[in-house]
Amino acid sequence: MTAKTAACAFYKASLLFRFMSEIALDHIRFPHSHLLGIEGLTPDVISLLLDRSESYVERNRHADKNLSVLNGHTIINLFFEDSTRTRTSFELAGKKLGGNVINMSVATSSVKKGETLIDTAMTLNAMHPNVLVVRHNDSGAVKLLSEKVNCAVINAGDGRHEHPTQALLDGLTIRRRKGRISGLRVAICGDIAHSRVARSNIHLLNAMGAEVRLIAPKTLIPAGIKGLGVEVFNDMNSGLKGCDIVMMLRLQTERMGGGFFPSVREYFHFFGLDYKKLANAKEDALIMHPGPMNRGVEIASEVADDIGRSAIREQVEMGVAVRMACLELLSANLDKGGKS
Amino acid sequence: MSRVAYINARLLDPASGLDSPGALLSEGETISDVGPDLFSDGVPDGITTIDAQGHCLMPGLVDMRVQLREPGEEYKGTLESAGRSATAGGVTSMVCLPNTNPVIDDMSVLEFVARRARKLGLAKVYPYGAVTKGLMGEELAEIGLLSESGALAFTDGIKSVNDARIMARALSYASNFGQMIIQHAEEPSLASGGVMNSGETATRLGLGGIPREAEIIMVERDIRLAQMSGGRLHFAHLSTSDAIDAVRKAKACGQAITCDTAPPYFALSEIAVGDYRTFAKLSPPLRAEQDRLSVIEGLKDGTIDAIASDHAPHDEESKRLPFAQAAFGGVGLETLLAVTLELYHNGHMGLLEALGLITCAPAQLLGLEAGRLQKGAPADLALINLERGWKIDADKMHSISKNSPFDGHLVQGRVLRTIVDGRMVFSDDI
Repeated sequence: MTAKTAACAFYKASLLFRFMSEIALDHIRFPHSHLLGIEGLTPDVISLLLDRSESYVERNRHADKNLSVLNGHTIINLFFEDSTRTRTSFELAGKKLGGNVINMSVATSSVKKGETLIDTAMTLNAMHPNVLVVRHNDSGAVKLLSEKVNCAVINAGDGRHEHPTQALLDGLTIRRRKGRISGLRVAICGDIAHSRVARSNIHLLNAMGAEVRLIAPKTLIPAGIKGLGVEVFNDMNSGLKGCDIVMMLRLQTERMGGGFFPSVREYFHFFGLDYKKLANAKEDALIMHPGPMNRGVEIASEVADDIGRSAIREQVEMGVAVRMACLELLSANLDKGGKS
Repeated sequence: MSRVAYINARLLDPASGLDSPGALLSEGETISDVGPDLFSDGVPDGITTIDAQGHCLMPGLVDMRVQLREPGEEYKGTLESAGRSATAGGVTSMVCLPNTNPVIDDMSVLEFVARRARKLGLAKVYPYGAVTKGLMGEELAEIGLLSESGALAFTDGIKSVNDARIMARALSYASNFGQMIIQHAEEPSLASGGVMNSGETATRLGLGGIPREAEIIMVERDIRLAQMSGGRLHFAHLSTSDAIDAVRKAKACGQAITCDTAPPYFALSEIAVGDYRTFAKLSPPLRAEQDRLSVIEGLKDGTIDAIASDHAPHDEESKRLPFAQAAFGGVGLETLLAVTLELYHNGHMGLLEALGLITCAPAQLLGLEAGRLQKGAPADLALINLERGWKIDADKMHSISKNSPFDGHLVQGRVLRTIVDGRMVFSDDI
């Protein structure tokens, strides 16, 4: 096969691919008007989101120009809390689909931030955006906002409650690396108490049939968490035994009101992921982290940077594909007047 | 002097155990006669007659825990709106917390509130005095002078008296004047950062939890302090089985300790928080089902002495917020009777027993001459349709603030007439 015919074949394939990704939505539909959390989504719906995301992964690696799926759509990134990667990821996803993306950061220093929330929602709503991507430091704030607007709302993280697109990108990373989610043993380690990533992942992994373990000091395990269908360990060595996936969490010192553990040194000694503790997991166990990492606090640099085992960079890549799928599916509902 | 006869009534008097068809005669502000045989030969001329058509005539409710927002936060509620709420709920006497602005830690504020309420002529208002100046928990308020001015008991309202030494002194000092200290039992450092009951629901919603132990620890501590100081102690709105148990044991040992609860704690559980419903954000927080059942047990066996509405008005701007930022508390004056009657309608206790918890029991705790159908007592009455079903609709409430945790609930038992000092201050269709 000459280089020319190969290029030609590739071009045809990519055309076909583009065709599929722009057309196939006639047959699939996301059954909710907002994406506020993973809790309550059925395995079918989660698979639908993952499949759709998957279709964008390859395309993002090769495509030379943006799609037109969201032409004429306005997406507003409304961030009440600092974020670099999530906001950038949503912005890129929106632009790759041809949408107009506007970023808004709202200072939260004001004591009356709750008023700001509703007021801002009403103001933005009057501008008729199609999708609002919202991050807020209070649990439930995104749901409250979704009740006041007419557009689709995506939760980009609310307090300690949920961060659904992070769980979806984690799920996609796992599925691509391991070929499945069902039946895998996944350990989520670290600051469970303050983590929305942990909660969303627990819901997604359980829905998809994985075995979920939590490993953390008792002070970082919130009350009643076992009711979410997890097994709790307070020791890395026993908790990591036989795990296929090791998901580390960022220690959220900014959410901690003192005294959850005595020192970073002590924390790393007992709960930081290094090769010695990792040796308890399966040999091919995959290491994940939602970022940004505190190197030397919850994870040793050498483990984080281990190309053979760490999927941390891939997670970031999957993030864009997942957010494209979410934006697309929610916008499609609006086009069809299909709010539910 | 105006004379009014209430005939064809089912008389209900929890204090005397009376439950019988009969009639009542009020002359001016007092009950001049009551009984099954009264007017059996007809009502003499010159007496206004009200035909109760077989409905229940009972003493007006005595609500021992109400937050007024006047003075200070009139946009959330005024004495008048509280008065209208109260009378619509059959409440003829309410006792208000000192957490107004200015705080009721001074005779002049106490007298202002009492005078304003008297002028309105709706439900009677009796203030509690603050235990500590400004409710700051540091220095004792003028307990003696305040009690001379009419403070019924002393409490720091929605705040716990946290310092053990101050609490011991307050109990001891107040007992000089035969006064009771009412504690909102919550250990503040353990509860800090919490916005709902600690447990699976809070974890699921990503909300900070208030552990049950915050209440239990404070109750156990204060029982010791009361023992040490010999003071008279009362716990407001208990919500956990272990705290109720602690009171049960103290009572069994002969200690002079009493407690009350509020309708949300026997009629709702933390499930009501659902998807961040801020109307269900209360203090103490709604607890688990097991605790709710324990509160009912406590009411049945007499460990819990009374039920109070825990009326806490908040405007929309204080409630239409992310859950963690929303204010604690719900309005309750207009639903106190109907939700308390659930205890009777659900078969947990007899009718008079349930009504006693909101009439003669709180009156007796506070030494109020109220809550009885008795010759010579004030003519504070409620005529109720015991069976009528209705749906609680916050929008239709008389309160300025509509934050009811019971909005949308179906209940049974409706107030038809409310009479304060012989005057009709509320009436609905019979």
